[in-house]
Amino acid sequence: MAEGTEVSAKEKGVDWLLVLEKYALILAWIALIVVFAFVAPSSFLQWPTFSSIIFGSQAVLVVLTLGLIIPLTAGDFDVSVAAVLTFSAMILAVLNAKMGLPLWQAVLACLAMGLIVGFLNAFFIIFFRIHSLIVTLGTASVIQGLILWISSSQTLSGVSPGLIDWVIVNRLFDIPLAFYYAMALGVIIWYVFEFTPIGRRLLFVGRGREVARLSGISVVRVRGVALVASSVIATLAGIINVGTTGGADPLSGLTFLLPAFAAAFLGATSIVPGRFNPLGSIIAVFFLVTGITGLNFLGVDTFVQNMFNGAALILAVSLSQLVRGRKEQGLT
Amino acid sequence: MSSSHSDLGTGAPDTSAPALFAEHVSKTFGGEKALSDVAFTVAPREVHGLLGQNGSGKSTLIKILAGFHAPDTGATLQVFGRPVPLPLAPGQFRGLGLAFVHQHLGLMPSLTVLENLMLSELATRAGAYINWARERQRAREVFARFDLDLDPSAKVEDLPQVERALLAIVRAFDDIRGERAAHDTPGILFLDEPTPFLPKEGVSQLFGLVRGIVDEGASVIFVSHDVDEVLEITDRATILRDGRVAGTLETANALYADFVELIIGRRIEAFQAKAHDLRGAEVDVAVSGLTGGTVVDLSADLHPGEVLGLTGLIGSGFDEVPYLLFGASRAVSGTLKIHDKSYDLHDISPQRAMEGGIALLPGDRLGSAGVGDLTLIDNITLPVLSSFHGLTGLKRRAMRRRTSELGREFDVRPNVPERELESLSGGNQQKVLLAKWMQTSPSLMLLDEPTQGVDVGARQQVFEAIRDVAEQGAAVICASTDYGQLAAICDRVLIFARGRVVRELVGSDVTKDRIAEQTVLSLALGNQGEAGTTGHSTEQVHG
Repeated sequence: MAEGTEVSAKEKGVDWLLVLEKYALILAWIALIVVFAFVAPSSFLQWPTFSSIIFGSQAVLVVLTLGLIIPLTAGDFDVSVAAVLTFSAMILAVLNAKMGLPLWQAVLACLAMGLIVGFLNAFFIIFFRIHSLIVTLGTASVIQGLILWISSSQTLSGVSPGLIDWVIVNRLFDIPLAFYYAMALGVIIWYVFEFTPIGRRLLFVGRGREVARLSGISVVRVRGVALVASSVIATLAGIINVGTTGGADPLSGLTFLLPAFAAAFLGATSIVPGRFNPLGSIIAVFFLVTGITGLNFLGVDTFVQNMFNGAALILAVSLSQLVRGRKEQGLT
Repeated sequence: MSSSHSDLGTGAPDTSAPALFAEHVSKTFGGEKALSDVAFTVAPREVHGLLGQNGSGKSTLIKILAGFHAPDTGATLQVFGRPVPLPLAPGQFRGLGLAFVHQHLGLMPSLTVLENLMLSELATRAGAYINWARERQRAREVFARFDLDLDPSAKVEDLPQVERALLAIVRAFDDIRGERAAHDTPGILFLDEPTPFLPKEGVSQLFGLVRGIVDEGASVIFVSHDVDEVLEITDRATILRDGRVAGTLETANALYADFVELIIGRRIEAFQAKAHDLRGAEVDVAVSGLTGGTVVDLSADLHPGEVLGLTGLIGSGFDEVPYLLFGASRAVSGTLKIHDKSYDLHDISPQRAMEGGIALLPGDRLGSAGVGDLTLIDNITLPVLSSFHGLTGLKRRAMRRRTSELGREFDVRPNVPERELESLSGGNQQKVLLAKWMQTSPSLMLLDEPTQGVDVGARQQVFEAIRDVAEQGAAVICASTDYGQLAAICDRVLIFARGRVVRELVGSDVTKDRIAEQTVLSLALGNQGEAGTTGHSTEQVHG
């Protein structure tokens, strides 16, 4: 009876549509590069463009996106990550540049702040059963107020040069170290998502909370850990941001929010279609950044950034709906 | 008001045409006849009962009249003497002066009484302005006409269950006031099992409203499982059995036993429950004093390898027991002993239940039991993930192998571990989910409607799988309304009414017919129990 019931996936042949779906984002990224290479060969198609601008300076966005996909996988939105990023940068600048504390102490303070914000988010979302979008929208606004307060609405600079050296100045293969930090985080999250029970539990909590609960998973703990993780990782992004820009300003960090969401959802359409996944997210960030950088080289105004990111977010979510719809048709 | 009963019981209509007249109504679903040649007549100003077991065709008949199903050709329908072509279009019933109240009432709990009352009007009415003061006044008048004490500004979620039911009924009747006026017809109201979740006083309040509606000239069709209620409120009743009309009774001239005979198809003999012969078998699992939800003070002992069935009419609470024992919903009190360990059921959580060797397979297959858009590997390995954790993370290949092996053992088709759960048929999904729990070798397996939506072939395999678990030494508790299934797999069946066990069937009494019969009688048995008959509880003490 054993024979014949087992059908190997290989025997059915390769489903090219599925393969295309998996790598469509990479193809789109390559297409984008080719287009810009033709339009602006002298300025765009240079290694420094990639090493410094696309890979180097956007490590912050990669880290932020990687943190964001953790609660997204567990079914919760965290829109406070950009505020946490900015707050972390500002705490670091205030403690290190203004008050003269050693760098490691300032970094510890940032991480502690991330823990506290994550716990508060989790407490209100889980204990009071409020939608995560509402709670984190509220905490984001509170944090923005705190940022303006501790910074007196001023941009701060003068942090320890050691931080800047170890983030953006020191390079490997001409790419700033920040890029490698982001990749390392990506590998860790990929490992957790794919190869640990925690990753599976995260997925089940996001897909079927009741199934997870009745399978003995502590849904409260999983959601809490996910929210704390995204906050703590956002503080790391803030620290890298200080290293990248050499200081902290009270507002610019907030502009990371939309591209991070766009990259998370765009990433969920590729590599492991239908799931938030680290590799897809990283590629999505590079896709978005390449698009914006290319447009900048063409001399397009910066407001196009907003339009590009926003359009990408909507397109990504629409695409994922399409993927789902096609699958449902395939079943009947 | 009480006069309406005897006046109409004689069946002499004051207008010539019946309110509703349907004939030769048949319905075939994929070769199976759900209804065959049913005739159904309801007189004006009549409360007409519609009875039958699950699967007797009641719901199909109502769905045809509501326009959800098209009947087979040949059926005719007249409403107040006017012929109506079949099938009805969805929503057409309202234009004919028909109104339906379903068991789930269709109220929006977070909105006010007034908003709920106006729901269908708000959904369809054009116009730029709602005169709330006038609507509130009108609502008060409607409530006053039927002697209801409802506050239009109260939120529905704050109302007791009884008042929600009353509101739903008044709303249904109020929705057809335009049609009643336009066509000068008194209207027909269908109440589809409105009472199972109501306390006794609530039922009499509801009956008061039904009589008030009849006094307005309308006819009411009352669907119920409870013969006592049918005896109390109806003038006549039609009983369906296996898709045919088993008979129509004049309530005033009928006895309780007449109804039961028509419902189950034969007379019932006096029943004497046999004491359960334990033969000194060890007790493996003992539930005592479980109270929570609808369930009151349940005690039951199980032996290793025993399959215990729980059943009853809807609302009797039997289906809550698996969830209460697993800690999926919280019990008020009770203890559960497995082997030598004792658990307080008020505190038990799914985690602790699993550690204690309990497994629960919920009835809501893709809502609570498994995640449809995740793979078989993900679904099957969920409860045992930690065992696949090696030095370098999850052993994906071992997980795949386990899924493949279990799939072969439980004959999952197609047995492709990478497939998403929802891409399998209902029966194969259920085999996967059974495998998910059986690999944990539970001491107590809890099941809720394990073969609902499962095709006939897979059904047998699910039965075998359940018996296999029992043979491996687990105790199994299975809540179900499928009497054939209970008869097939259970050693013993407990029948519930109003949260209490009213009958225990053992050995040769565990047959489909016997379970069906005792379930139909369960409410009467429950009443006896409340009156002080303790014969049952002594049976239970043996363990």
